[in-house]
Amino acid sequence: MAEILRVEHLKKYFKTPAGLLHAVDDVSFSIEKGKTLGVVGESGCGKSTLGRTILHLLDSTDGKIYFEGQDITNVTKSQLKELRRNMQIIFQDPFSSLNPRMCVSEIIQEPLEIYKAYSDKKEMLRRVAELMNTVGLAPSLAGSYPHELDGGRRQRIGVARALAMNPKFIVCDEPVSALDVSIQAQILNLMQDLQEELGLTYVFITHNLSVVKHISDDILVMYLGKVVEYSSGEALFEHQYHPYTKALLAAIAIPDIDRQNERILLKGEISSPVNPRPGCRFAPRCEYCTAICRKKAPVMEEIVPGHFVACHHVRKINGMSEEK
Amino acid sequence: MAEETRKNNPNAVEDISMYKKQSQFVQAWDRLRKNKVAIAGLVILVILILGGIFAEQLAPYGYDDQDVMRRFTAPCREFPFGTDNLGRCIYSRILYGARISLLIGFVATGMGAVAGTILGAFAGYYGSKTDNIIMRFCDVLQAIPSLLLAIAIAAALGSGLFNMMLAISIGAIPRYARTVRASILTVKDQEFIEAAHAIGASDARIILKHIFPNCLAPIIVQVTLGVAGSIINAASLSFIGLGVQAPTAEWGSMLSAGRQYVRDYWFVVMFPGLAIMTTILSLNLFGDGLRDALDPKLK
Amino acid sequence: MEKFLDIRDLNVEFKSDRGTVKAVNHVSFHINKGETIGLVGETGAGKTTTALSIMKLVPGPHGKIKSGEVLFEGEDLLKKSEKDMRKIRGGKISMIFQDPMTSLNPVVTVGDQIAEVIKLHNEKKSRQEMKEKAKQMLELVGIPASRYGDYPHQFSGGMKQRVVIAIALACNPELLIADEPTTALDVTIQAQVLELMAKLKKELNTSMILITHDLGVVAGECDHVAIMYAGEIVEYGSLKDIYKETKHPYTIGLFRSIPNVDKKDTRLIPIPGLMPDPANLPKGCYFAPRCQNKLPECDTCHPETLEVSPGHFVKCLRVQKEVESHG
Repeated sequence: MAEILRVEHLKKYFKTPAGLLHAVDDVSFSIEKGKTLGVVGESGCGKSTLGRTILHLLDSTDGKIYFEGQDITNVTKSQLKELRRNMQIIFQDPFSSLNPRMCVSEIIQEPLEIYKAYSDKKEMLRRVAELMNTVGLAPSLAGSYPHELDGGRRQRIGVARALAMNPKFIVCDEPVSALDVSIQAQILNLMQDLQEELGLTYVFITHNLSVVKHISDDILVMYLGKVVEYSSGEALFEHQYHPYTKALLAAIAIPDIDRQNERILLKGEISSPVNPRPGCRFAPRCEYCTAICRKKAPVMEEIVPGHFVACHHVRKINGMSEEK
Repeated sequence: MAEETRKNNPNAVEDISMYKKQSQFVQAWDRLRKNKVAIAGLVILVILILGGIFAEQLAPYGYDDQDVMRRFTAPCREFPFGTDNLGRCIYSRILYGARISLLIGFVATGMGAVAGTILGAFAGYYGSKTDNIIMRFCDVLQAIPSLLLAIAIAAALGSGLFNMMLAISIGAIPRYARTVRASILTVKDQEFIEAAHAIGASDARIILKHIFPNCLAPIIVQVTLGVAGSIINAASLSFIGLGVQAPTAEWGSMLSAGRQYVRDYWFVVMFPGLAIMTTILSLNLFGDGLRDALDPKLK
Repeated sequence: MEKFLDIRDLNVEFKSDRGTVKAVNHVSFHINKGETIGLVGETGAGKTTTALSIMKLVPGPHGKIKSGEVLFEGEDLLKKSEKDMRKIRGGKISMIFQDPMTSLNPVVTVGDQIAEVIKLHNEKKSRQEMKEKAKQMLELVGIPASRYGDYPHQFSGGMKQRVVIAIALACNPELLIADEPTTALDVTIQAQVLELMAKLKKELNTSMILITHDLGVVAGECDHVAIMYAGEIVEYGSLKDIYKETKHPYTIGLFRSIPNVDKKDTRLIPIPGLMPDPANLPKGCYFAPRCQNKLPECDTCHPETLEVSPGHFVKCLRVQKEVESHG
């Protein structure tokens, strides 16, 4: 399968009064066409920043981004506009991501207007109607305003807007976190159907592990701007190598009374990403932490084929023989 | 339910042009109509404006018709609001004065609002240095009491109707710039602005289509309330002799001219004062109602 | 075991421009001493309103408790005066809100916020005693007492929720109402907070109403579960009844909507449609418009609550029919 997006050593630092905030710190991955990469982590781990940096909604500090083999790290304004036909985003909050002063059809047709996709207004409206049908919005809602609709329908509007220019690649930033479970399932199904029908590639950002397992082919686990574990979704849920991933999965509340997790309770809370200390970012909360963890940052290592982990003690923790 | 059937009818694309949206101004007007207090304000305001427009037809006398023999006549059938020190009909002068006072109120506010909105929009959207320069300029303006500033400008430019409006509008700029800047800052951080960037919208499009319509409500409200302030300022300037020159009728200058006779003849200041008060009250009531009506999230 | 809190036929309405919104309809349930009941439902199901009614805190003037009884240790709370209720709130019954960011006062130190609750309910205590007790509470929820003088913004989200828990437990309440206590928190922090609540509940023998939309959280924490839909309890029973003997189509739909971490399922089976407008509820069963397993009469006839097995209550015509046909 062809690779559609490759990210190499991507970094995004923010200047804050307190110092440099390392939101995304040396992240690398690649996605094949038509696949879904799940990015998981807790609030403040830089997952949303990662998505926005790929789309050039934020400027990257360092690193390279390749889209369909082309280096898109530095692009001009007009190149960027072209690029955005192909790369889109769906936002988390269906309330603030839609302009309250525009009605449903105006919101969906805006990208068509920007790219002057249709010279004929009638044809454009037809395309809007088609898009509304694609995402399952009743045509009668065309003249409604977002505040008149519920969260699920609003999220459908956001999906339709992202689809308007037939993109190849969509960053989904927590698209179902603000929705109720029954609606969440509707939107997840919709997104999977669209992926199948249109051959879309997703980067799916979420904190919800059940959702990420459900939708992703590959999973990237982030902690404080760093990738701690990266593998196929199945392999990750089969066996977690990094102590943080272990704790994260153990913390899921499973809706099954027979299968209650032995919770691995993590000490403390996520520390600040501003001027991080040298060494492993997870060290202060890690039960296996030793002197080396506080001194040297671990590098990504392919521990079994296709399974990357960044941890000094990964072999010891998982009872594997040391090798180098 | 269309939501669930999307897979079954890929060709069932309906013509959606029939589902026209209801303009938000129509919706806002519907909400405003339900607010009796605001409508009362609007009605009073319209009566005052009509009074000014049809002053010639409504006023029994000209604004400059003097009858020195009948100076300080108490309100009677002939002179409903009495006469002033030169024997002019106060009722007629208030009608003619409405023209000038309301004109000053709306034009001065309009000029200030336009200038302030543009400055505030630049400050809010571009931020950093632009923001700093503009806002510090506004700080300087605001550091001087607005009336004092208006006096200084009016004194420098000389008295006269237009100069007075200019003086008042300059003093009003910081308020609008601040309001606009603040609302742009709140709107700018919302995800739909980011969404607009993501679909490749240009800066101009984002400002005009996404940010501005969402900042309009506070500006409109500020303007309605600002008109009242401008009328008061104009009245104050006229009161100290820097505004409209005699014999032009203007509410503030009528008040000013009458002040020395207030001990003996209450009606000389009472009615111009009441006219100013009624106008401002109606504008405030209407402005408050408008603010509520313009919020799209209210149902 | 005694019925510690017994809610009988509670009805709450809100007046709005669009008409009367029936937020809570004929809700009845009870809690025994030391037990936890989970109130599960989606946005707008009436969970929070039910909880606020127990505290007699339904926001006026639009909201009104129309009828029903809330018997707490045998006394009807709804008949109590506002003054008596103030004694009970934060004393015998206390509440934890969803958002730890906004439920603390930003300009008062966390220690003083805990001490304030203690002061309101124990006027006789000296200032020093209250401070001591507040420090004990901080230690109890795992925050060093030395942070007594810190302000809320100096704490992270999970720590703030711990402070909120400390405030709620400061007066040794007999009933704790927790309204989505962990929804705003990250999973690893959620696990910590849930663990802490379970531990404290055991130590203090507090009864708890846990309001949540997360069936996973309920599975770990509760003894009984009430599933709410459109202001009604559609299914009520023990954990086992709800998770193993699921009867009501809505409950079944909820379980199917959740992606399962254990199985690799390719598609979820969502509940079609949306929750009905509470100002305009359907004539028959409130769930009928979304139910894929409904009978013709479901559209016209509103189901009664039926006890399908001891302690397991369901509000569904189909279930009722099945039970009847089996004799």
